[in-house]
Amino acid sequence: MPERSKSERPMIEIAHVTRSYGAFKALDDASLTIREGEFFSLLGPSGCGKTTLLRMIAGFDNPTSGSIAVDGQEMLGIPANRRPTNMVFQSYAIFPHLNVEQNVGYGLKRLRLDATEEKRRVEEALAQVSLTGLGKRGATELSGGQRQRVALARALVMRPKVLLLDEPLSALDKKLREQMQVELRRLQQAVGITFILVTHDQYEALAMSDRIAVMFGGKIAQVASPKEIYQRPVNRQVADFLGGMNFVKAEIVEENGASMTVDTLGFGRVKTDKPAAFVRNGKAATLGIRPERLRVLWDDAKDKHEVAGTVVDRHYFGEITHLIVDIPGLEKPLSVTETNNFGADDIPVGAPIRLAYDPDALVAMAD
Amino acid sequence: MSGLRKILSNWLPAYAFLYIVFLYLPVIFLPIFSVNTSASPKFPLSGFTLKWYEELPHTPALLDAAWNSLMVGVSAAILSTVLGICAARAITRYRFPGRRTINGLLMAPLVLPEIIVAVSMLLVMLQLGLSLSLVTVVLGHVLVCIPYSLSVLTSGFEGFDRSLEEASADLGESAFGTFRRVTLPMVAPAIISSLLVSFTISLDEFIMAFFLTGTESTLPVYIWGQLRFASKLPGVLALGTLLLVGSFVLLTLAEILRRRAARRTQNTGGVFA
Ligand SMILES: Nc1ncnc2c1ncn2[C@@H]1O[C@H](COP(=O)(O)OP(=O)(O)OP(=O)(O)O)[C@@H](O)[C@H]1O
Ligand SMILES: [Mg+2]
Repeated sequence: MPERSKSERPMIEIAHVTRSYGAFKALDDASLTIREGEFFSLLGPSGCGKTTLLRMIAGFDNPTSGSIAVDGQEMLGIPANRRPTNMVFQSYAIFPHLNVEQNVGYGLKRLRLDATEEKRRVEEALAQVSLTGLGKRGATELSGGQRQRVALARALVMRPKVLLLDEPLSALDKKLREQMQVELRRLQQAVGITFILVTHDQYEALAMSDRIAVMFGGKIAQVASPKEIYQRPVNRQVADFLGGMNFVKAEIVEENGASMTVDTLGFGRVKTDKPAAFVRNGKAATLGIRPERLRVLWDDAKDKHEVAGTVVDRHYFGEITHLIVDIPGLEKPLSVTETNNFGADDIPVGAPIRLAYDPDALVAMAD
Repeated sequence: MSGLRKILSNWLPAYAFLYIVFLYLPVIFLPIFSVNTSASPKFPLSGFTLKWYEELPHTPALLDAAWNSLMVGVSAAILSTVLGICAARAITRYRFPGRRTINGLLMAPLVLPEIIVAVSMLLVMLQLGLSLSLVTVVLGHVLVCIPYSLSVLTSGFEGFDRSLEEASADLGESAFGTFRRVTLPMVAPAIISSLLVSFTISLDEFIMAFFLTGTESTLPVYIWGQLRFASKLPGVLALGTLLLVGSFVLLTLAEILRRRAARRTQNTGGVFA
């Protein structure tokens, strides 16, 4: 995805927001800044507080403590109907007694536009979501994908400063979901509105977002670009949530500002970045390497950085093969994914194997 | 098992038919005898006439009773529907301790012997020092109507997706505007249905009205009074027929509306999704 030059102006500032239900904290001291025009995702497992945070931005719920500002204006005490945000609900919440046009024009009625202007804006919004011509359809005569588009058009037509989307694609089947991911991203780039997407699907977040906040148990664990989140997770939990990761025990030999040198059993001595959020735990550290960052070395190919071991298991996935490789000294065998271009699917279990890696791909993280 | 099923499938329709006949045959006699020329309800029929119907508007006591019934019916319908709306909204929207118990208690008048309830109401009214009048009848009828209102309204409100109201607020609409543009149109059929059902029940209700009224009578009480005079029977049959038809039409209408309301609120969650 091409990088766009984007304004650094903060659009949403969430400061120390906590939401308690009795003794339980659905959100725990969450702080976050979302920039103007950004496609931002809140990613985390079920129950981590994503919806809670989104609903507080929309004005359906209030923080127990902390503050939320949209475009520099404090939102505390401002009801949902007077906030410059609009929401696409998970259930879509299409008004069943109104047709598509009336649904999309619902919010415009309050603005008292003249009839032609109102009609023009409704048409424009319908065109944006490729629903031109369906204006007279009843709300109950729509497919899941169409309902989703109506919900989107109904929010976009209000020209909000921020569009909030609560798992908008989770009710769609896989094919439609992938198509909508592309469309949603394209739409966001076209209208330039700040989008905040709630999702528990890491691929969705990685594919669509400018930046992602990963949440666990009401806390924000990491905020960064998809690449950064995927390649440099701050802790094991984040690493695990975003896909497979091999963890390697390490011992810190030397620390030097933002980098450090560690000793590992399988990979030897490695120099690596020290993540900002690194929590030290004596001399012990954890390194991680993604399965696709390990590469099979064929025949007598050589690499500066390699480890040798034995294939103990093999899983075939069509375009890739998943190898489990036992490395002497490592407590757990490594997972390796290799494309099937060169015959990784034919490597017999029990065969000796050598793997190449880039030391940069070995990242230190908190436990 | 399959043998039993076979017997059942052979005999069930016959049983159902007999049951229906037993249930509705007496009701059929009412209109039949109401257009019979003879004053006594006997077969064979002696001839067709509408004179019993024509006499109805010329009976002042009957007109008074009809007016009373109308007043009582409208008041009871409005009161029980308003109370029913509050209860149904609380029951369908909030989860609170004792929700089921309260629902059960509200539905109880449906199965309590009405005469017991009527006598208890009478005692309470007298204890409170209320003099018996149409007002006390209205109170009694509200008690009888609430279970019906409640079940009609609950079925209309159930599945009302709360995010619809939130979506309305999100699109800039005020609380009142949301009520007017979203909530009301969606539950209006259920409300009208509840009004019709409770009106009909109040119109036909006898025991409460009999115990709780003062000097004024409602239609069923008037009919009961007329039954002592054999000569008045055809008039009573004519009146009864009219009440029957009226009730039938109102209840049918109410059911159609209730179903429409239920359908509206229920397919908001995305049937296709
Ligand atoms: N009204 C409430 N009362 C008590 N607890 C609540 C309430 N609303 C939410 N919670 C709790 O707060 C936590 C966060 O809820 P939230 O809906 O934000 O999760 P989520 O991250 O959106 O999850 P999901 O992916 O399942 O939608 C959950 O553990 C939930 O049980
Ligand atoms: Mg949620």
